[in-house]
Amino acid sequence: MDTFILIGITGIGLGALYFLVASGLSLIYGLMGVLNFAHGSFLTVGAFVGYWIATKLGPETSMVDFVIAMIVGGLAAGLFALAMEQLLITRLYERHIDQALVTVGVSLVVGAVLAGWFGNDLIMFPTPMWFLTAINVGGAMIPADRVVYIATAVLLLIGNWILLKYTRIGLIIRAGVENRNMVNALGINVRRAFSTVFFLGGFAAGVGGVLVSVYSNGVSPLIAGSYLIYGFIVVVIGGMGSVPGSFLAAMMIGVIRQFANYYVTGLGDFVVVILLAGVLLIRPQGLLGKVRA
Amino acid sequence: MNALSVKDLQVKINESHILHGVTFEVPTNKVTALLGRNGVGKSTTLRTIMGFYEGTGSVELNGKEILGMQTHKIVQAGVAFVPEDREVFASLTVKENLSLAARGKNNEEAYKAVYDLFPELDTRAAQQAGSLSGGQQQMVAIARALLNKNEILLVDEPTKGLAPKLVTEVADVLAKVAKTTTMLLVEQNLALVKRVAQHVIVMDQGKVVYQGGPENLHDDAWVHQMLGVSGGHK
Repeated sequence: MDTFILIGITGIGLGALYFLVASGLSLIYGLMGVLNFAHGSFLTVGAFVGYWIATKLGPETSMVDFVIAMIVGGLAAGLFALAMEQLLITRLYERHIDQALVTVGVSLVVGAVLAGWFGNDLIMFPTPMWFLTAINVGGAMIPADRVVYIATAVLLLIGNWILLKYTRIGLIIRAGVENRNMVNALGINVRRAFSTVFFLGGFAAGVGGVLVSVYSNGVSPLIAGSYLIYGFIVVVIGGMGSVPGSFLAAMMIGVIRQFANYYVTGLGDFVVVILLAGVLLIRPQGLLGKVRA
Repeated sequence: MNALSVKDLQVKINESHILHGVTFEVPTNKVTALLGRNGVGKSTTLRTIMGFYEGTGSVELNGKEILGMQTHKIVQAGVAFVPEDREVFASLTVKENLSLAARGKNNEEAYKAVYDLFPELDTRAAQQAGSLSGGQQQMVAIARALLNKNEILLVDEPTKGLAPKLVTEVADVLAKVAKTTTMLLVEQNLALVKRVAQHVIVMDQGKVVYQGGPENLHDDAWVHQMLGVSGGHK
């Protein structure tokens, strides 16, 4: 039973990391139809800025230092995403192939610049000592950092929900995901919502980048790769434009992957791809996605 | 005085030449019906005025050029649009659909006027718009357009796909709205057009072929020749 709990909670922790990457991807595609291959570079930028802040805050990283590093990393990634949207994406709306090429290009440039600066080897991310402890849950000793991943993802989900449900910009984003031309036809400049979504997506990915660095035992220009792929899988399974759908799918994938890997090493990725294929065949719009008119 | 003047409007979509120099005027404080067979370019004309399609020529709103402006700026200039197929936001509630449309801060009077016109929307404020009937969705679509002070209301086939009873309800509403609003109405239902329109434009193959009063709509032969349908006597 304790093994079951351990695998379940570590799976949820992994799912939390996937959610942090996927929530922004989902809204960016759902609202703007932008297939953003540079999303992984938001994660990497957040990770490196978070690392830089954590090292500057002191030789021993406290929990407060770590949270500050995570928030600043998120803000830096959000601003980077906003700059990319303003400088490049605004000129390419409705030009999907060009968007794909440009965003792939941005991710390559960011990766090359960081690799040239820091090298591709993992650099240890300073973390609070508490992260190295374990918490007893029903007899299972859960690594403490997993709790931070899960709490961060839940906080982000709640923040997203409040923003989307109770603010005017959230209302515009929800309507824009459904029909952005009609939002314009109500006299609203939907492109302002695009910028907000890019910033928020970048922020979530940046925060995710800091946590992924902790999970991966260090920061490197290469850390985003598999998380971006899993982010896309989460978006497709959860439904384009649905943040709760992304949360549900991320948790499912994290848990299923951990269980599959526990019973047969390396089976996790295969099972996730089978799950993706099944969802595409049975419910192409994703678990909580809507069929577009 | 004309609220809207369209001159030599040309539109190409994916290499297809849809509008071939459309020219007409919409008089202020009157309802102008834009008629024609299916596929002659009526909806394209409305959507080009709204800025959804690029075109050449001129579209003036009270003397100010709006062709080439972004859609949201055209709407802010005073052009309201009720699209074909309603296009309400299905996942939002009725109230959210309306509050999204309402510009400015003090809208109490506008909301009151809209709820007076559509009392059902008040009682269904918390209901998701996607779960409403076609007629109720049409009311939401019209209500959204009426929440702001507009110079002109563009309405695209408001009775399309509605049951006969609902057609009557929507017609009643449009007749009420027509008393206070300049309207450009695309509509296939001749009975409704005869009831509300004071000015008629007929299009054929991307051009205007008639512009004038609605009296010809009572001439069966003229209606059959111009619109390809019977029903002029109705």
